[in-house]
Amino acid sequence: MSSHRCDISLTVNGEFVAETVDARTSLVDFLRDALVLTGSHVGCEHGVCGACTVRVDGMIVRGCLMLATQCDGSAVETVEGLSDSGEIADLQKAFEQRNALQCGFCTPGMLLTAQELLAQGGVPSREEIREHISGNYCRCTGYHAIIDAIEAVAQARASK
Amino acid sequence: MKIVDDSPPVLTALDRPNSYIGRSVPRPNLARLTQGRAQYVSDVVLPRMAHVAFVRSPHAHARIASIDTAAAKQSPGVIAAVTGAELAKVITPWVGVLTHLKGLKSAPQNAMAVDRACWAGEAVCAVVAKSRAEADDACELVQVTYEELPAVTDPETALDPATPVIHPSINDNLCFERSHTVGDPDKALAEADAVVETTFVFGRHTGVTNEPRSIVADWNPGDQRMTVYQGTQAPHMMQNLFAKHLKLEEHQVRVVTKDVGGSFGIKVHTYADEMAAVALSKLLKRPVKFVADRIESFVTDIHARDHRIKAKIGVKTDGTITAFEIDDLTGIGPYSVYPRTSGIEANQVVNLVGAPYTTPNYRARARVVFQNKNVMCQYRAVGHPIATAVTEGLVEMAAAKIGIDPLEIRRKNLIADDAHPSQGPSGIKYEALSNHEALAHLDTMMNYAGLRAEQARLRKQSIYRGIGFATFVEVTNPSAAFYGVGGARISAQDGATVRLDATGAVFCHTGVSEQGQGAEAVIAQCVATSFGVPIDKVRIIMGDTDNTPYGGGTWASRAAGIGGEAAWQAGKALRGNVLAVAASILQAKPETLDIRSGVVVDAATGAERLPLHELARICYFRPDTLPAGIQAELVATRHYVPKAFAFAFTNGIQASYLEVDTDSGFVKLLKHWCVEDCGTVINPQPCRRAGPRRRRARNRRRAVRALPL
Repeated sequence: MSSHRCDISLTVNGEFVAETVDARTSLVDFLRDALVLTGSHVGCEHGVCGACTVRVDGMIVRGCLMLATQCDGSAVETVEGLSDSGEIADLQKAFEQRNALQCGFCTPGMLLTAQELLAQGGVPSREEIREHISGNYCRCTGYHAIIDAIEAVAQARASK
Repeated sequence: MKIVDDSPPVLTALDRPNSYIGRSVPRPNLARLTQGRAQYVSDVVLPRMAHVAFVRSPHAHARIASIDTAAAKQSPGVIAAVTGAELAKVITPWVGVLTHLKGLKSAPQNAMAVDRACWAGEAVCAVVAKSRAEADDACELVQVTYEELPAVTDPETALDPATPVIHPSINDNLCFERSHTVGDPDKALAEADAVVETTFVFGRHTGVTNEPRSIVADWNPGDQRMTVYQGTQAPHMMQNLFAKHLKLEEHQVRVVTKDVGGSFGIKVHTYADEMAAVALSKLLKRPVKFVADRIESFVTDIHARDHRIKAKIGVKTDGTITAFEIDDLTGIGPYSVYPRTSGIEANQVVNLVGAPYTTPNYRARARVVFQNKNVMCQYRAVGHPIATAVTEGLVEMAAAKIGIDPLEIRRKNLIADDAHPSQGPSGIKYEALSNHEALAHLDTMMNYAGLRAEQARLRKQSIYRGIGFATFVEVTNPSAAFYGVGGARISAQDGATVRLDATGAVFCHTGVSEQGQGAEAVIAQCVATSFGVPIDKVRIIMGDTDNTPYGGGTWASRAAGIGGEAAWQAGKALRGNVLAVAASILQAKPETLDIRSGVVVDAATGAERLPLHELARICYFRPDTLPAGIQAELVATRHYVPKAFAFAFTNGIQASYLEVDTDSGFVKLLKHWCVEDCGTVINPQPCRRAGPRRRRARNRRRAVRALPL
């Protein structure tokens, strides 16, 4: 099993990365273990909870359902990268101000998912927000505040 | 959310200038969580760290005939393969009993099964490797020969003579039994105009934290210390248990708990696989990490609330409830969980059935039985959902039987708000409750009369809508009566140490910890207010047994009520110390001074006298300029434990409005209302999320909300 090794090169948060990985290594394990980008979390390991959500070539994916080798040649972005670029600074601030998180374990995935919706432009309805984040599980049950925060940022961005 | 202040308009210590009490203060630790820069235990990496995976029993009950680890030990990356019997030489077994739960018994539990596996999921062998994937690979190469034994699964038959006894050393499958009678329930039921009898059945469920249970144990033979990074709710409790079962002194063990990805009560217990990981670190003299995967979480995280309750209520035609009677049977797996036991949940059900009502006659029996399933133990709101569902289910049925309005029967029987201190039917003692006020508020908020009219109108159109209520009392802020009196080394008190740094900022070291409820914010609010600095000048240190006062941790709503009070008192004590020095510097009387927004001011006028950073500079760097005999004490520690009452009971009421499709049986929840008496709300934001956090029972406000759906 571990004898199947693959060389991959990709960019992660804009930095060039070349590594040799086990073929079976998931993207989120690669990010967490090889690159020590621990902001993407492992909750269920089978694509249900959304805590491992990252962006690959502009689209959000489950980091636990995609293999690292599938990202050869791709551009991968994680919550650390989106934080440093300032792309989601307004979303993060809205989450903090509205206490739209408790333990915070789901939050990076939730933010990336919300950003995908908001990047489509316009002001989504609360129902659309609910539907879009429905694949991200918040066990501390902060959904109302999360929807409030996403809606407020959508409105603020639209009025700019 | 609305905060309705119904306390008299008097100035209290909470109304100091620049008070943070009652304000929505964002939690200070949030940016590291939103940026993915937290440190959960699953993120921890240490030099030479190895990973452990467990071979777990696929059988509910089986004798372990043999374990062959030879092939596993040859697998790539493997450092060690260790059986339960081998690990038992490093770590001693434990028995989950408390002396105040009289008669409660259990069998010794090992970190891994030694010769017998007692539930499907119990670890029987550990494989330690350089990576978790390699450890998992090698687990598949461990050959375990099992001889299946009959499994005890149904609590109803667990005590039958024909059922095998799981632990021969304790004679039967009864873990604990409590019988409790108050008044004359037989007479009261006989004299009732109506008696309703039914059986309530509750299935198991569990906490499902987003971050599974995680631990990194680091035994350093050089300094003879065990450092354990653990997602736990009770660091000092775990420090004691690791030391005790590894035969170390407590001061040799340090437990560090930084960010925890959800707890909900499941991370306040001792888990065999976590004890095994710590023992493996000691055995292998290197850091060992264990992170439960999702399947392991489901089969080893404590389960809760598997109860079958036969229940009776007696009622007069005027609505007076004459008696409650319950017979609770609960199956808790093969071991009573250590150290809090698996008897507390049933005990709590006995304490809380009928709790909001004046009913003088009560009979309860609870039996807690062993079975070959995963262990069951306390989980969020221990026993309350069971007791409340049973009580309120009975009350609703009694109301229907005698044809009285469901709110009216509650008004008739709830303990009067001005009757406190008082006690519930089981004898539990209340300092102050507001059940009638909460009910009246709910009645108005939901427009009950209007909903009833709407319900009646729609019924004629064959639309079936229902309105349901649950009123309750809630255990919070336990004293030593919960665990300490039963012999468990679980601190009921908590401490806080507040220290002025050399620039006028404040550090607060607290024994309570953070799992997302906002304890860090609430402690900071208490210190900022009672000492007198802006909240951004307060840094909270928590979750480290080397660096915090000894305390109980965060569970049973105790972080704000007990930890917050200690922090409040410590801040006040430091203010006294600082004002004493300031007075000597300013040649003023301490009582004429105050600290506001980080500045020593004239108390009467608010005029600035001395900024704290200047006071700190003098005290730390130019103490030679202070008057002779003045020694600045810029650290203060205070402790707090509730003593007058065993618990700070609080109360609330909730209502649901729903529609039933009578063809499909589909139920649609239309609206839900909550009224909760939180006492003084310290921070409305987390309160809105998580429920009650009380500070002072006599200074009460109501937190009220209607949930949008």
